[in-house]
Amino acid sequence: MTVLVGPNTKVVVQGITGREGSFHTQRMLEYGTKVVAGVTPGKGGTTVHGVPVYDTVEEAVRRHGANASVIFVPARFAANAVLEAVDAGVELVVVITEHIPVHETLRAVNYARSRGVTVIGPNCPGLVAPPVRTKLGIMPNNIYQTPGKIAVVSRSGTLTYEISYQLVRAGFGINIAIGVGGDPVVGLDLAEAALRVAQDPDVEGIVVIGEVGGDAEERLAKMYAEGAINKPMVAYVAGRTAPPGKRMGHAGAIVMLGSGDAKSKIEAFRAVGIPVAETPFEVPQLMARQLKR
Amino acid sequence: MKLHEYEAKELFSKYGVKIPPGRVATTPEEVRKIAEEIGGPVVLKAQVVVAGRGKAGGIKVAKTPEEAYELATKMFGMNIKGLVVKKIYVTKYVEVEREMYLSLIIDRATRRYLFLASPIGGVDIEEIAKTQPEKIKRVYVDPSVGLRDYHVRSIVLWLGFKPETPQWRQASSIVQAMYNIMVDYDAELVESNPLAVTREGDVIPLDARVIVDDNALYKHPELEKALEEDPRDVSEFEMYAKKIGFHYVELDGDVGIIGNGAGLTMATMDLVYHFGGRPANFLDIGGGASRDVVKEALKVLLRHPRVKVIFMNIFGGITRADEVAAGVEAALAEEGGTKKKIVVRMKGTNEELGRQMLAKLGIPLYENAEEAAQKAVELARA
Repeated sequence: MTVLVGPNTKVVVQGITGREGSFHTQRMLEYGTKVVAGVTPGKGGTTVHGVPVYDTVEEAVRRHGANASVIFVPARFAANAVLEAVDAGVELVVVITEHIPVHETLRAVNYARSRGVTVIGPNCPGLVAPPVRTKLGIMPNNIYQTPGKIAVVSRSGTLTYEISYQLVRAGFGINIAIGVGGDPVVGLDLAEAALRVAQDPDVEGIVVIGEVGGDAEERLAKMYAEGAINKPMVAYVAGRTAPPGKRMGHAGAIVMLGSGDAKSKIEAFRAVGIPVAETPFEVPQLMARQLKR
Repeated sequence: MKLHEYEAKELFSKYGVKIPPGRVATTPEEVRKIAEEIGGPVVLKAQVVVAGRGKAGGIKVAKTPEEAYELATKMFGMNIKGLVVKKIYVTKYVEVEREMYLSLIIDRATRRYLFLASPIGGVDIEEIAKTQPEKIKRVYVDPSVGLRDYHVRSIVLWLGFKPETPQWRQASSIVQAMYNIMVDYDAELVESNPLAVTREGDVIPLDARVIVDDNALYKHPELEKALEEDPRDVSEFEMYAKKIGFHYVELDGDVGIIGNGAGLTMATMDLVYHFGGRPANFLDIGGGASRDVVKEALKVLLRHPRVKVIFMNIFGGITRADEVAAGVEAALAEEGGTKKKIVVRMKGTNEELGRQMLAKLGIPLYENAEEAAQKAVELARA
């Protein structure tokens, strides 16, 4: 078991017949994920990699008991896909799609939260949990072969893979890795994701990967200082050299209105006793020290 | 997309807000003509999408059309914080009694709209936050509830207006207009700074700023068109990058950076900086980039006058190392080779195949990113 997924997680893939949806469905199946159904309006009755396709999420839920969803739907339709999943009764929605207008995300995410549904993303790599061989996302399978007790929560995709790889090479195993997404508004933000994984008794240490923009890192540091999280943590913050006013690839990675720079995030972590790695490659070493190995 | 002041003001006006008469000009002659039409003293405002134009000489008052013409000849072509003045907004000069600050943004933490209001205006919100944080009022609006009477009332009271006066009503309708612009235009920011009370007693947005979410531009074709005709703060490289399908941000060093994924690319920049080098740019080829995207991205850096060394840091998952190597090969072939040094670190999918392809080009592949970053910095110094 992990905090967000377990052996009973049954996944529906929204946008399963698209290029990305189809490709990653295969990868998720290979990893061991229970992908029980797919949804593409108009393609009901077909199959993708042996997975039955329906016209609505409601039908996928009714016939297969799907309780989680991964969304690969194009940006213009993605917010509606979230609402559909929520109304169909799934508990967890992972939105891979990038470029969703932020006002639409705002409405969809608020609606989901009001119904008690957890949304990961948008614009995220998803989540992967090696102990239960379950992946709702696009992470490379080969990096997440070693189950263990480290949780990784991150605002970035490839940097998550890089740091997870370094952790595994250093002898750590992964409990769960969650990429919360690079957009300004996301369903579960970095601070909330850290709080969730900290509640898992199987998690011994938490790696937080932050970046410029917003104040999720500062809020997380505050939560840690107040004792809401009492597990060893190590942080890394990307974008020390990012200039203000420029979006660094992610829609949410921007230093704006005088806040969100890497320096203030690093200082916030250090001030409450969370060590911050100078480079991504220093993370395993710092974690080993935190866990007194 | 950052709207020019005149575009933002037109939006305010469309939503029923009174603004000083004015028009935008592209030549000194036009400036003179508009000044004649308006009559009396006018303000010339350089239309560049940066804050702090005034201090940089981008705002001038002219008493006569002739003076407006003279000032305009100097203002056109001026460089303000890296942007060249091509348009001047000519508006009627108004005497100001009092200046306030009012803006609307999306608050990430609460996932709500957030008004920031201050009875002090004319300076950046950062400045107010630093010197008089107690003067800033925050009013949160849940998108599912929308802007209500009590939100507006608390903002307008905070700005110092007496209930049920004409000024109160004017200010209230500005708050409402800003909210409607925010929602209707998918804006990230709607700001009026200063929001002013004039000598005549009107409440008007003396300056206005609107930033529209790039991801929502498809819903507003007229803005898309305006951006195409006038790219404002987007550099030539950035425009090109967007067309091809990668992210590019110009920086001022000499080590060209290519990475895949925003976080990893930022970390790659930081790594170069950590070892004493200076990144020339941020270039993220994105997830699952094809050889063509890699080729075009690399060509940008091969042609970049400031770039001495190119450092590629690729962590393959969906992105395949052989596809990246093929892109490098194609770029070098099209450019007829290069004198610039290329340092590549690549991990992941089809790594061995990629290594063999790069070896043929005489480019060694690094396994360790730190070692590669050190090498890139060393080569840039040589």
